[in-house]
Amino acid sequence: MVFESLADKLQQTFKKLRGRGKLSESDVADALKEVRMALLEADVNFKVVKDLVAKIKERAIGQEVLESLTPAQHVIKIVNEELTNLMGGTQSRIAIASRPPTVIMLVGLQGAGKTTTAGKLAHLLKRQGKRPLMVAADVYRPAAIKQLEVLGEQLEIPVFTMGQDNPVNIAKKAVDQALMMARDIVIIDTAGRLHINEELMNELKSIKQTVKPHEILLVVDAMTGQDAVNVAESFNNDLGLDGIILTKLDGDARGGAALSIKAVTGQPIKFAGMGEKLDALEPFHPDRMASRILGMGDVLSLIEKA
Amino acid sequence: MGFFDKLKAGLEKTRKSFTDKIEQLVVGYATIDDEFLDDLEAVLLSADVGVTTTTKLMTEIRNGIKNKQINSPDDLKPFLKDKISTMLVTKQQGETVPHQPPHVILVVGVNGVGKTTTIGKLASYYHEAGKKVLVAAADTFRAAAIDQLEVWGQRTSTEVIKHAEGSDPAAVAFDAVQAAKARKADIVIIDTAGRLHTKSNLMEELKKINRVIAKEIAAAPHETLLVLDATTGQNAINQAKLFGDAVALTGVVLTKLDGTAKGGVVIAINNELDLPVKWVGVGEGVNDLRPFAADDFAAALFADK
Ligand SMILES: Nc1nc2c(ncn2[C@@H]2O[C@H](COP(=O)(O)OP(=O)(O)OP(=O)(O)O)[C@@H](O)[C@H]2O)c(=O)[nH]1
Ligand SMILES: Nc1nc2c(ncn2[C@@H]2O[C@H](COP(=O)(O)OP(=O)(O)OP(=O)(O)O)[C@@H](O)[C@H]2O)c(=O)[nH]1
Ligand SMILES: [Mg+2]
Ligand SMILES: [Mg+2]
Repeated sequence: MVFESLADKLQQTFKKLRGRGKLSESDVADALKEVRMALLEADVNFKVVKDLVAKIKERAIGQEVLESLTPAQHVIKIVNEELTNLMGGTQSRIAIASRPPTVIMLVGLQGAGKTTTAGKLAHLLKRQGKRPLMVAADVYRPAAIKQLEVLGEQLEIPVFTMGQDNPVNIAKKAVDQALMMARDIVIIDTAGRLHINEELMNELKSIKQTVKPHEILLVVDAMTGQDAVNVAESFNNDLGLDGIILTKLDGDARGGAALSIKAVTGQPIKFAGMGEKLDALEPFHPDRMASRILGMGDVLSLIEKA
Repeated sequence: MGFFDKLKAGLEKTRKSFTDKIEQLVVGYATIDDEFLDDLEAVLLSADVGVTTTTKLMTEIRNGIKNKQINSPDDLKPFLKDKISTMLVTKQQGETVPHQPPHVILVVGVNGVGKTTTIGKLASYYHEAGKKVLVAAADTFRAAAIDQLEVWGQRTSTEVIKHAEGSDPAAVAFDAVQAAKARKADIVIIDTAGRLHTKSNLMEELKKINRVIAKEIAAAPHETLLVLDATTGQNAINQAKLFGDAVALTGVVLTKLDGTAKGGVVIAINNELDLPVKWVGVGEGVNDLRPFAADDFAAALFADK
């Protein structure tokens, strides 16, 4: 498969262009089409793409092209800046409560990586000297409790379970237990659910009301396509998210969903899941994500030097 | 509600939404103009159909307008639905050639797409069709993956062939095929660990499982199903390509179609890779699996959920 990067394509569209100075609307028309295609192919939501392209267009035809840049590089620079801006600054921290325990709740669609991420997060915080307690509040998926217990054993971190009891009850008892055991972090693993499943979304709302988590984190698969906005919007409206964790970034997904989710929730992407192992959780870097979505890391570093 | 009623109710809604959506478009536009076509393009893009395939479909529409197959916005619904269905159907292969049991089905895919759940549903489907089914827990890697399959085994009264966690998955597959032969099972379904298509060592492991099965029964695996999550965007194309490079895929299972994602990427896959969709998953329950119907799927692409 020949992969022509956006950079190559832009170089092509600007080939006929001789002069420098400001670019005209007709100068950039084809280039913007390529930008639009590249973003859509990277799974950025089409509405987000529309807004972005409008913004990029405005800047591209308004600005003087730098002496040191070709028109193609000029446009790429603007695209990159807009993408990085949209994704926000780095903020890969968990807000630690002044009065322990800090309660973290992980939510998301089925199979996104919540349970694995619960283990990874617990591991990360333990290494920072915290004393986490993981909570098995997924009472629906076959062997979900066992899965968390196995992770707990591997990490030597306690897991609170109450069998197939009511998840709201489980969460509440777990926080009480954490206080008694002097565990300063509580990580609640919830069952995967669809954002349109009212009953299960209400269950999450009840857990929230009952244990008042300090962090409600949406776990999202980096391979998610156009529907990421609907998912993120629903979870955010129902629960008020505090951040996002993007999983499975160790593959070759371009991860345009990151942009879409950021655009609709305004919440920071705090961590990136980089593998199945329990140490594969990294801080999220918006700038790296921008070049990943555009599929052109090298080009960007060249332009940044210009 | 029984399976059939549930299916019917779901499709009723789908059909209605499809009509509504196109009707909205039609009412909004007396004639087909660029803006109308842009809206139509947006419907396809937002269903994850992807740029290439959307462009192809839009070209067909423009041609349809030119050669008077489409004369008003009214003609668009049947036209587009027909095009999409054809795209999906022409690539459908016939039924698998009859052979001596056991029929071996290998199930593969990236992490968390719904492999194990689909196997539970398939076991139940074949069980109810009067077949003797065995399932093999060849995901020996993920925490409690074996326990998960065992729960499904209990639910569907299906025997689970398993080894200890961490053991060689190819050995589990070998044992399962042996057991299926010895016990005269009709069907054996092999669960594998989720793996990203980009990890060459894990793809090698898959090839080994495949080899071991083929050594036991020459034509096996008779089916190798790639499970795709309908929520997945354009990456699904890479998944289909690279899994297909490692093992000979015979079809796709598209899961999680009960959400709001449309899974339009399978059109692109069908189009580019000649890989038919065989089953769709519409929930987490044992009966939430059904054979793929191109027409219904084409209609559902336009549904407003
Ligand atoms: N490659 C890769 N796999 C991951 C990552 N995070 C999770 N997984 C895998 O994704 C699959 C699903 O992970 P789980 O943690 O069970 O997902 P979940 O959201 O808890 O799933 P449900 O509880 O069923 O909704 C497993 O196979 C994990 O090993 C990641 O960052 N990279
Ligand atoms: N809503 C919905 N959820 C599904 C469907 N199929 C599977 N799931 C859920 O998706 C999650 C992951 O399913 P699994 O069967 O464990 O996926 P897997 O591919 O075996 O995952 P790994 O073995 O970890 O790679 C579970 O929570 C399932 O209940 C479906 O059709 N619809
Ligand atoms: Mg889980
Ligand atoms: Mg599995």
